[in-house]
Amino acid sequence: MTAATITSIPQSRRGPIMSPGWARLLAIFFLLALWEIGARLYADPLFLCPPSQAVGALQHILADPKIRNAIEVTIFEVATAFAMAVSMGLAIGLAVGLHGFTKQSILPVILMLYATPQATILPLFVLIFGIGPAAKIAFGVSHGVFPVIVTTVAGVQNLRPQLLRAAHSMGANRWQVFTSIIFPHMIPSFFTGMRLGMTAVLLGVLLAELYVSTAGIGFYTRLFAESFSPPDLFALISVLAAIAVTLNELCRIAERHFRRWNEG
Amino acid sequence: MRPQLGISQRLIQLGVLILILGAWYIGTLPGHINPLLLPPPGPVFKDFWQLLTNSSIWPDLWVTVHEWIVAVLIAAVAGCCLGYVISRSAYAVRVFDPLLAGIYSIPAILLYPLYLLFFGLGSGSKIAIGTTIAFFPVVLNTIAGLANVDKAYIRAAQSMGANDFQLFWSVMLPAAFPVVLTGLRLGCIIAFLAILGGETISSLAGLGHRIVSLAENMESAQMFANIVFAVLMAFIINGLVSFAEARGRRGFQ
Repeated sequence: MTAATITSIPQSRRGPIMSPGWARLLAIFFLLALWEIGARLYADPLFLCPPSQAVGALQHILADPKIRNAIEVTIFEVATAFAMAVSMGLAIGLAVGLHGFTKQSILPVILMLYATPQATILPLFVLIFGIGPAAKIAFGVSHGVFPVIVTTVAGVQNLRPQLLRAAHSMGANRWQVFTSIIFPHMIPSFFTGMRLGMTAVLLGVLLAELYVSTAGIGFYTRLFAESFSPPDLFALISVLAAIAVTLNELCRIAERHFRRWNEG
Repeated sequence: MRPQLGISQRLIQLGVLILILGAWYIGTLPGHINPLLLPPPGPVFKDFWQLLTNSSIWPDLWVTVHEWIVAVLIAAVAGCCLGYVISRSAYAVRVFDPLLAGIYSIPAILLYPLYLLFFGLGSGSKIAIGTTIAFFPVVLNTIAGLANVDKAYIRAAQSMGANDFQLFWSVMLPAAFPVVLTGLRLGCIIAFLAILGGETISSLAGLGHRIVSLAENMESAQMFANIVFAVLMAFIINGLVSFAEARGRRGFQ
């Protein structure tokens, strides 16, 4: 290894064997193969299973109406919590961020709340909202609302005052100011906030489901772990991972799309 | 755009806090909110004071802090090493960076039941979940820091005859250090949150365990006192880590 390898040499001189995308797939495949071999040779089947068995379990898991129902419950909780977190976060963020006064007085309090470890108040949510979906939705909202507020405030922050003054002097009402000036201006950061909020909502809902629940993916994850059936467990985790990656990618695509639209 | 925080803003912040405390006090006067759900501030602060003065919380605090330190150390070493190895070639960065970022977007707490199975109910599973969660910001920021060092610096150092180690120590590391430090700070903080979350879900000891067992015994005032303590711990850790980051940043410039 010479020092030159550290720098990125122009690709033509060191022609890569394949495109990064294919290499990535190969790397994933290699890791799965390693896992498969390791699990087959050494692992205790009560604790770890090879990925091929997890894929097999995926079929019967998805065919089981109870588990399909659990996935639906979790998706419903995440969607409700996300919608509430985004609308509440947007409203609070605008109310706080549009006036210098509230931004200086209330934003520090919100940042302080954002920094608190919310897992510690999870038992409280269960006490108040019970062990049904309400507690999961509330906990998801309490996780997701803060990133939305903070990014909304950041998005309104660099709004040029001239634009607002011009709109006001031309007689725009509040709603018109919002739809034609504030909202287009804050779109990029709004979608960043949505993506962060989605990750946080998912985390909150899952935490609450793992803590105590009678339905949902978290419940079955716990059940499969406690009944020592790793194939089912890994299959369910991979379903949820797929959902998480899909939601994240959707938000990323929206973010990129609207950023371009905003600049264009 | 950013006016100095004057005395009036400080007063407003104080006013908001007093407002919250007042609402809490009035809301919990007899006949309003069930004291099981929200105990009045008086008993909570009394219990909090007891918590600070008698030493019953120290064993649990030590368990949590110990788990946190071990998790952060493992994640920092593993993340920095893997990040360094990947950042050595631009091709590897393009292959692995999106892969790691993709995995990072999956909520790792989902692995927690699995870790309970592998490492038991004790500290092991918390260390494992803390490590998993802290690892990704560290490795991603290490890659981002080392891979984006200005090429002109590297070429200059090489043309002046720097060897591999000199190049790393005097050029790459100082240039990448702030970004790596940010990753470490993020990792430290979310590891602590993950460990508290893990302890809440199931554990044998620790701050999260205390809160849950008090909640299950309906000892609301004591539970709130413990929550206040845990929140305070999170702020202390936050402050310490941010302080260390600022110091480290200055030390390298």
